[in-house]
Amino acid sequence: MSRKKVESSIEGIIPYSGEGSTITIEGGAVCTQLGCAYNGDEAVAYAAKQSNVDVVAAYPITPQTIIVERFSEYVANGEVSTKYLPVESEHSAMSACVGASIGGARVFTSSASQGLALMHEVLYLASGLRCPIVMAVVNRALSAPINIHGDHSDMMGSRDCGWIQLYTENAQEAYDLTIQSFKIAEDKNVQLPITVNLDGFFISHSTESMKSIADEDINKFLPPRTPIYKLDHDSPISIGGMALPEYYYEFKRQQEEAINSAKPVVKNVGNEFGEMTGRKYGFFEAYEMNDADVAIISLGSTSGSVRSVAKKLRANGEKVGAIKLWMYRPFPTEELFSIIKDLKVLVVMDRAISFGAPYGALCSDISSILQNRDSEVKVLNMIYGLGGRDIPTTTIQQVFEESLHTAKTGEVKQRIKFLDMRE
Amino acid sequence: MNQKEPLSKRMKLSWREMPFAGIMFEPGSSVEYKTGDWRIERKPQIDGEKCIRCFICWIFCPDVSIKRVPKPYKKHIESVEVDYYHCKGCGICAAECPVNAIEMIEESTDVP
Amino acid sequence: MVVLKNLSTEELYAPGHRLCAGCGPSISIRMALKAARGPIAVVNATGCVEVSTTIFPYTAWRIPWVHALFENQAAVASGLEAAYQSLEEKGKRKGKVDIIAVGGDGGTFDIGIQAISGMLERGHDIVYLCYDNEAYMNTGIQRSGATPRGAATTTSPAGKVIPGKRGKKKDFIGICAAHGISYAATASIGFFSDYIDKMKKAIEVDGPAVVHVIAPCPLGWRSNPTETVKLAKMAVLTGLFPIYEVNDGIYKMSMKLGRLLPIEEYFKLQGRFQHLMKPEWKNEVEEIKKDTEKHYKKILRLAGEKIT
Ligand SMILES: Cc1ncc(C[n+]2csc(CCOP(=O)(O)OP(=O)(O)O)c2C)c(N)n1
Ligand code: SF4
Ligand code: SF4
Ligand code: SF4
Ligand SMILES: [Mg+2]
Repeated sequence: MSRKKVESSIEGIIPYSGEGSTITIEGGAVCTQLGCAYNGDEAVAYAAKQSNVDVVAAYPITPQTIIVERFSEYVANGEVSTKYLPVESEHSAMSACVGASIGGARVFTSSASQGLALMHEVLYLASGLRCPIVMAVVNRALSAPINIHGDHSDMMGSRDCGWIQLYTENAQEAYDLTIQSFKIAEDKNVQLPITVNLDGFFISHSTESMKSIADEDINKFLPPRTPIYKLDHDSPISIGGMALPEYYYEFKRQQEEAINSAKPVVKNVGNEFGEMTGRKYGFFEAYEMNDADVAIISLGSTSGSVRSVAKKLRANGEKVGAIKLWMYRPFPTEELFSIIKDLKVLVVMDRAISFGAPYGALCSDISSILQNRDSEVKVLNMIYGLGGRDIPTTTIQQVFEESLHTAKTGEVKQRIKFLDMRE
Repeated sequence: MNQKEPLSKRMKLSWREMPFAGIMFEPGSSVEYKTGDWRIERKPQIDGEKCIRCFICWIFCPDVSIKRVPKPYKKHIESVEVDYYHCKGCGICAAECPVNAIEMIEESTDVP
Repeated sequence: MVVLKNLSTEELYAPGHRLCAGCGPSISIRMALKAARGPIAVVNATGCVEVSTTIFPYTAWRIPWVHALFENQAAVASGLEAAYQSLEEKGKRKGKVDIIAVGGDGGTFDIGIQAISGMLERGHDIVYLCYDNEAYMNTGIQRSGATPRGAATTTSPAGKVIPGKRGKKKDFIGICAAHGISYAATASIGFFSDYIDKMKKAIEVDGPAVVHVIAPCPLGWRSNPTETVKLAKMAVLTGLFPIYEVNDGIYKMSMKLGRLLPIEEYFKLQGRFQHLMKPEWKNEVEEIKKDTEKHYKKILRLAGEKIT
């Protein structure tokens, strides 16, 4: 098979820059950063505080509670000039966010699991009315049975809601991407709401040492919102009227264009952020993908474990790589294709079940981008970690090893597998 | 965009040019929409001589189709007129007029 | 007292909307806007008014207006108010806007009540206006928590064994008043002066205020469109829809009735009550009368009026 080197310069693909990376980012940090220790929730609350949010409306749910609690403290202590609405449900939280957003405010909220599910109807309203709301979703399993731990069922259940969806690996990324999210969502060509996903407990409740950025630098990076329309006395417009079949379709097409327009914005904002902090972001992070035969693609905190296992196997001479997907919607179709097309096996990790579907949600997307294209990569789907079940590195290593075997023999035993399931 | 063309024509646009998010940027644009042809058989006729300019018909009209106009008559400085382009012929004005100055007449009758 | 001559002739609500001929809710909206003291914005719940006034590309509104969903108008209005306040404090906008959240009886009594309760409890400076046509009209006349006992709707039909809607109309204003808000009132489009006055008071109050206005629907009530206003008055005069105010918890009757108008007079003008005119449902009518009197007396008592 002819192999093309993966161009590290492909836009939106960020080579892993930490230890063990093959490429280091050019340009160093040019802002003031402070070492600090936060858990994921605290990091998000702090990012929202520093982003000069005008209105927050939120409702508590584990494992997101720390975000609303911290923010309430900022408000109670006069540390922010934000209007905080302690609403009576998530449905009202998102509704109030929509109201505030059409009033011209910069808006932030946060939810999880049942809360996100209760908001479902309003998520479509927010994207349909083109409200650049930023929401941290602290991913948690959905009832029944009730379970408060981390998996991606909540966000995956709302993945078609027209929101930009970013996933993070740790508290640092949750912090960094929350700040970037305002700039992405409020971009004049985008004007769409955005979620920053962080795994419940795995990220939300683990304290890490990380770096926070000085307020002045954030103010420079993130100017106040300039809404492209707003509802006010000097703007007597009608928002949210009825569109009959004659018109509705066109408005939905506009929305599709808007979310795809977010791609260059995510990339540029990620670059700019990288220039400022030394931490560059894009659509996904590629670890050792240049000559990999086998790779695992994952979302969220699992990406860290995948990378560490890949590193170990690399040391043994195995040609393995890892992709951490930051941007799930819009889906980076072309860029992902360019990096996976020459693999022998791609393993897709799904932390949610798409009941009755051929694959988990991420795997369905990956499979569909291979349609009618020139690639022989075999795609394997691993469902894992539902309801907060841990995914040990030994399991990931086994997945890699089995996949390497598949790469050698070309034999696919199971296209979809439930990892660590008691049979 | 040609402002003189009716809205319904002006909105037959490519999705790229359609108003952002379906927002209606022209306040009160419904005036362009004719609801007068909803009337069946009857339409209101105001007897300007009988009328005492109490404006009860004006306040009750669900279709904003009774207009107060600066037409003096005797001691009055204003008069009321029907906007037939929009009047749906519900007859509330006629029913509520305290002096029976409004009559629901045959639709075919010419109104001055 | 509202003097019609002195009311503004500026129409913030334009003709050309597509509500039915003789639509009571349409009248209720137009009158409410006549109470404006300055800039006003409306947050509208899904329902007849919303659907028929903003069929793209035509809007009947000449003021800032937004429709979000069926049950979240109170929450959207809360967010809008917060945005105005926050941006004003930061010097990014100027000028008071009176926000009115509007919902039908379904959007208010049933699906929207939680968000309304939240809005009242948090104390937003918003007027909540419920136009009550006593059923879900937009979706084809289904019963709501505001449908009166005995009324036939498509989900509470007049059957052989069940004569229309069971259960009473919720005491929505009682629920609102229980939140300790400064102003709540019922009104009727039939008594425009009283209604517009109440809207003015509601707007002037700092903090949340609620107005619940009866607005007959000729389609759903199966009544003659000509009689919309007449029915709105009769609803009050029969005691079925007493009009009163609650000022900081103190009830005050807006209209003292000597004797209640017999409800049969009101019923016979409406198709939704026709089945009750049959002899077999005589008892049902008696029960409705008893309920009506009881509720009316309760309001009288709360208002400190003599009960005769
Ligand atoms: C969540 C949700 N459930 C149901 C509906 C369907 N729906 C739209 S309007 C409506 C009834 C509205 O009734 P009401 O509030 O009394 O207003 P009216 O139509 O009578 O003016 C219903 C059931 C909806 N839009 N959203
Ligand atoms: S008939 Fe009805 S719509 Fe026409 S003017 Fe009279 S009240 Fe208005
Ligand atoms: S209600 Fe009758 S008297 Fe009063 S203004 Fe209208 S037409 Fe004249
Ligand atoms: S159904 Fe009733 S409330 Fe709805 S537009 Fe018609 S008359 Fe008005
Ligand atoms: Mg109704």
